[in-house]
Amino acid sequence: MEFYTAMRHFADSWGLLAMTLFFLGVLVFTLRPGAKASADEAARIPLKED
Amino acid sequence: MNYVSETLWLSIGTFLALLAAAYTHDSLFAAHMWVLFFVLLISTTVLMRRISFAPQAPAICLPSKSEYFDEVVKYGTIATVFWGVVGFLVGVVIALQLAFPDLNIEPWFNFGRLRPLHTSGVVFAFGGNALITTSFYVVQRTCRARLFGGNLAWYVFWGYQLFIVMAATGYLLGITQSREYAEPEWYVDLFLTVVWVAYLAVFLGTILKRKEPHIYVANWFYLAFIVTIAMLHVVNNLAVPVSFLGVKSYSAFSGVQDALTQWWYGHNAVGFFLTAGFLGMMYYFVPKQVNRPVYSYRLSIIHFWALIFLYIWAGPHHLHYTALPDWAQTLGMVFSIMLWMPSWGGMINGLMTLSGAWDKIRTDPIVRMMIIAIAFYGMSTFEGPMMSIKAVNSLSHYTDWTIGHVHSGALGWVGMISFGAIYYMTPKLWNRERLYSLDLVNWHFWLATLGIVVYAAVMWVAGVQQGLMWREYDSQGFLVYSFAETVAAMFPYYLLRAVGGAMYLAGGLIMAFNVTMTILGYQRQERVRGGASPAALQPAE
Repeated sequence: MEFYTAMRHFADSWGLLAMTLFFLGVLVFTLRPGAKASADEAARIPLKED
Repeated sequence: MNYVSETLWLSIGTFLALLAAAYTHDSLFAAHMWVLFFVLLISTTVLMRRISFAPQAPAICLPSKSEYFDEVVKYGTIATVFWGVVGFLVGVVIALQLAFPDLNIEPWFNFGRLRPLHTSGVVFAFGGNALITTSFYVVQRTCRARLFGGNLAWYVFWGYQLFIVMAATGYLLGITQSREYAEPEWYVDLFLTVVWVAYLAVFLGTILKRKEPHIYVANWFYLAFIVTIAMLHVVNNLAVPVSFLGVKSYSAFSGVQDALTQWWYGHNAVGFFLTAGFLGMMYYFVPKQVNRPVYSYRLSIIHFWALIFLYIWAGPHHLHYTALPDWAQTLGMVFSIMLWMPSWGGMINGLMTLSGAWDKIRTDPIVRMMIIAIAFYGMSTFEGPMMSIKAVNSLSHYTDWTIGHVHSGALGWVGMISFGAIYYMTPKLWNRERLYSLDLVNWHFWLATLGIVVYAAVMWVAGVQQGLMWREYDSQGFLVYSFAETVAAMFPYYLLRAVGGAMYLAGGLIMAFNVTMTILGYQRQERVRGGASPAALQPAE
């Protein structure tokens, strides 16, 4: 298969799937139970010192 | 401080510039190398005069490792203000050139050469300095670590200024590779690549040696901006120089691939330089100025990843109805529309950080500046996807509507959030109790805001009229207007646009004055804000 065509097929099949799964993983990880406490703590980082 | 090896390297660079000027057969390259020679010569002289040859006690001159490296941030703040005023000034000049073509002074100061000077001046000189400066300020304070790499941060700062000087003088000489927002030729691009890698090393090194376990979200945005710009800059500028000592180079791509590479770069310069980097700024300075944590930290992470995944695909919307394959145009349009989600995520998060402290918009002009920046961010990132819809684009493309859109984003979002950050940082960096004058901040705010409103509104009207005139056919299928007629019709709008730009420039000058007076240690006597008696505000009772 031509290089361009191979890249093109990879991009709209496995590549697309991998990125979608990564993004869904980010959503799940960020919104998992118990994440709120650590997120609130991280949000206070700039206010800790001048 | 003694900078002996730095001085040596600079003098070698000066000599090489002289050799390049002497041996080239290209008069433009020779002129550019003479510029480089004199800039480096002056720098070498300044550094050499600073070297102290007396033996010194090492304990005194070594700065404590625990302190933040803020000297470079101070220089960066001044450079940001300076380049901002220069960039706005050139913008007003070219706005007037469009209204009055006689102002084109050939060959160095005609519109074709001043226009890239304006775009690079505001985007890379003003915006770039604002990003480098604030990123150095923020990464140290959110990692609780001194900048990594010692004097490497100085190299990043001065190397970037040298890039700006080389780019700007190149434009005026007529040296350009004609790629939008990437006009400098191959040798300047190579130099910027080295500076940018050093920037990445300083930033990433500081994150790696952080004492704070979590990497605060502002640093994620800054890092995304640095990494993506490195990738975009390298790929977009892949080119083959015609000769080793000459300005001319040819792009590695041809035809529509070249156009798409250019706009993949161009749009992501907007997405990662002017959006992601400045969102990093927002996520630090807005919480600091209102003294409250960001509204939703989890929203900030989700909209970060959404922005990263979506923005990179939006470039093709600059090539609607061109030789670019239809599927690619549609892809660009769809991803642009999806960008509404991360864009509004950022806007909501920034605005809602004020929940419970909304009165600060009335009492604190710096907060007001930041909030108007976020409001313009929301507006311009709503307008952008709308303009990327093919049907809308068939009217808006190539018209002044696009110029209006860019400026509502650049003046409104990028400019205002940078001004807010500068006003926040200046008293802290120079250990002043407060700014010289908050009334002047208020003046700056209103001049800038009204300037943008005049500018954007005028350009909307101009652009829609232009688009409608271009596509007006008579009953026999002939175009109703010649192109020259559509140009002539723009005159009143161009005049008003220059007025809006001049107001924005006036605000910038006020900021420069205010920042200078703060640095010099003056304080203007002013009434206390928010302390007006409530009875006077409520006459109805």
